[in-house]
Amino acid sequence: MPERKIRVMVAKPGLDGHDRGARVLARCFRDAGFEVVYTGCHQTPEQIAAAAIQEDVDLVGLSCLSGAHRALFPRVVELLREKGASDITVIGGGIIPEQDFPLLYEAGIKAIFTPGASLETIVEWIRANIKPH
Amino acid sequence: MDSLIKKICAGDVRLASRLIRDIEDKIPEAKAKIKKLYAHTGKSFIVGITGAPGAGKSTLTDALITALRKKNKTIGVLAVDPTSPFTGGAILGDRIRMQKHAEDEGVFVRSLATRGALGGLSQAAGDAIHVMEAMGKDIIIVETVGIGQQEIDIINHAHSVVVVLVPGMGDEIQTMKAGLMEIADVFVVNKANRPGANQLQTELSSMLNLASRNGAGWQPPIVMVGDAFEPAAFAEKTAELAQKIEEHHRYLIESGKLTERMHRKALAEINDALSFCLLEPVIAELTATGKMEHFAEKIKSRQADPYSVAEEIAKTFFIKQDKK
Ligand code: B12
Ligand SMILES: Nc1nc2c(ncn2[C@@H]2O[C@H](COP(=O)(O)OP(=O)(O)O)[C@@H](O)[C@H]2O)c(=O)[nH]1
Ligand SMILES: [Mg+2]
Repeated sequence: MPERKIRVMVAKPGLDGHDRGARVLARCFRDAGFEVVYTGCHQTPEQIAAAAIQEDVDLVGLSCLSGAHRALFPRVVELLREKGASDITVIGGGIIPEQDFPLLYEAGIKAIFTPGASLETIVEWIRANIKPH
Repeated sequence: MDSLIKKICAGDVRLASRLIRDIEDKIPEAKAKIKKLYAHTGKSFIVGITGAPGAGKSTLTDALITALRKKNKTIGVLAVDPTSPFTGGAILGDRIRMQKHAEDEGVFVRSLATRGALGGLSQAAGDAIHVMEAMGKDIIIVETVGIGQQEIDIINHAHSVVVVLVPGMGDEIQTMKAGLMEIADVFVVNKANRPGANQLQTELSSMLNLASRNGAGWQPPIVMVGDAFEPAAFAEKTAELAQKIEEHHRYLIESGKLTERMHRKALAEINDALSFCLLEPVIAELTATGKMEHFAEKIKSRQADPYSVAEEIAKTFFIKQDKK
């Protein structure tokens, strides 16, 4: 049986222009052997959800350093659900205060990584938790 | 399976993208699905966009989508980016330039990684086009990985090929000349506000004049596209590009050349299918059973030559087929 390639998307919702982390992650995921769709900055949750479906990714990774994650992250999960794509896992990272974790987990974000999180830990999490469709 | 086919033909993006993925991952069932789908393909106009990395292919594709949507055409885009030969991973970044169309249901953008293919596309590109055709897309745009001289697989898949050049690439045009002259139906001189654009245009037209002496019926037009960051002029020029592509389409139909190109495409498809159905399984079996290594040793030590080995392999393979 041929092996499935893991496909992920790295996206930056909202007006946040801090894209260094997202670029670092995209490169790191490529080096881990994943196919990474990178959609750039300033994406609406609607654009992100639509792109994730068109690209048939297993995972959407949202990066936000501006503080707008409380509204934007849950909205992406909700839209995927509405479009019948709740099998696409959503994780997030960036400047996210610990007190917001419960809200995000509740909303369906499966993991959160903040500054200092090692790239190996992130890749390991994906390998352990993502089974390609 | 019939309901799957029906849904894809009705435009179901989720199922279509999944099927494209099954093709990429070589899931055995995918072949059967494409067989069923095939009767619904062949009606779209397929446009290839090729040129050096960074020439502006994705940006132009985005602008073409805008221009063609104004004419109510539905669009499929396949955007190919390179797979890293070291890790097998890939960054698929063409989409960045096209995200403003993400929510438009008349536009379906799917990124593909080359996965080792050398021709500027991916092995799955042909069938990915078939899936988009079955979805009923009027126009399918295929953006290749940056082209060198060998990477011209696109001509086997597209009806019309746009070659994107930018000024200031110096001698490159000379070395690319032979290959380009043959495959380009429309030229774009992109970033034409830069120094050297007029010179490039002059060089191109004189090359085209030389080439057209043998009485070819279509003279590839050269569209000079200025800076993408001057939106009004850029929109006007890319609308002109869309117009030229449409004119080429009309020319292909009226001159009967479209049938010729479809014939070429059919031959290429047989070729690909033969390699997929005959060659790949043989190689897979030889590798799995360790015979490939054994043959390599024999060749290395000059106990055998590659042709005799290939003939021996062919014999065992066909005998096996007979017994079945
Ligand atoms: C570099 C930087 C900038 C650069 C950005 C360059 C660029 N193109 O990215 C510049 C100078 C442009 C900039 C500007 C601003 N910045 Co600034 N910036 C930073 C700084 C110092 C580092 C960010 C960084 O690149 N880190 C390196 C990368 C690799 O780390 P990372 O993105 O955090 O990613 C890691 C993890 O968070 C996690 N991760 C992140 N995303 C994701 C996603 C997924 C899916 C996963 C799995 C993991 C993950 O994994 C990564 C690896 O560990 C931070 C402070 C800080 N210590 O974070 C402030 C900071 C983010 N900036 C801040 C601010 C306020 C601004 C400005 C508004 C300043 C201003 N008033 O003009 C502007 C706004 C810019 C804009 N357009 O949005 C604030 C944000 C405050 C907040 N959220 O409440 C911070 C926190 C500084 C501070 N302490 O006040 N900034
Ligand atoms: N100055 C200028 N830059 C452009 C133009 N078109 C594209 N670019 C930039 O050139 C880079 C590559 O563009 P892209 O469309 O991704 O090229 P591709 O690799 O051929 O697909 C990007 O940074 C674009 O912003 C243009 O008309 N003028
Ligand atoms: Mg591109």
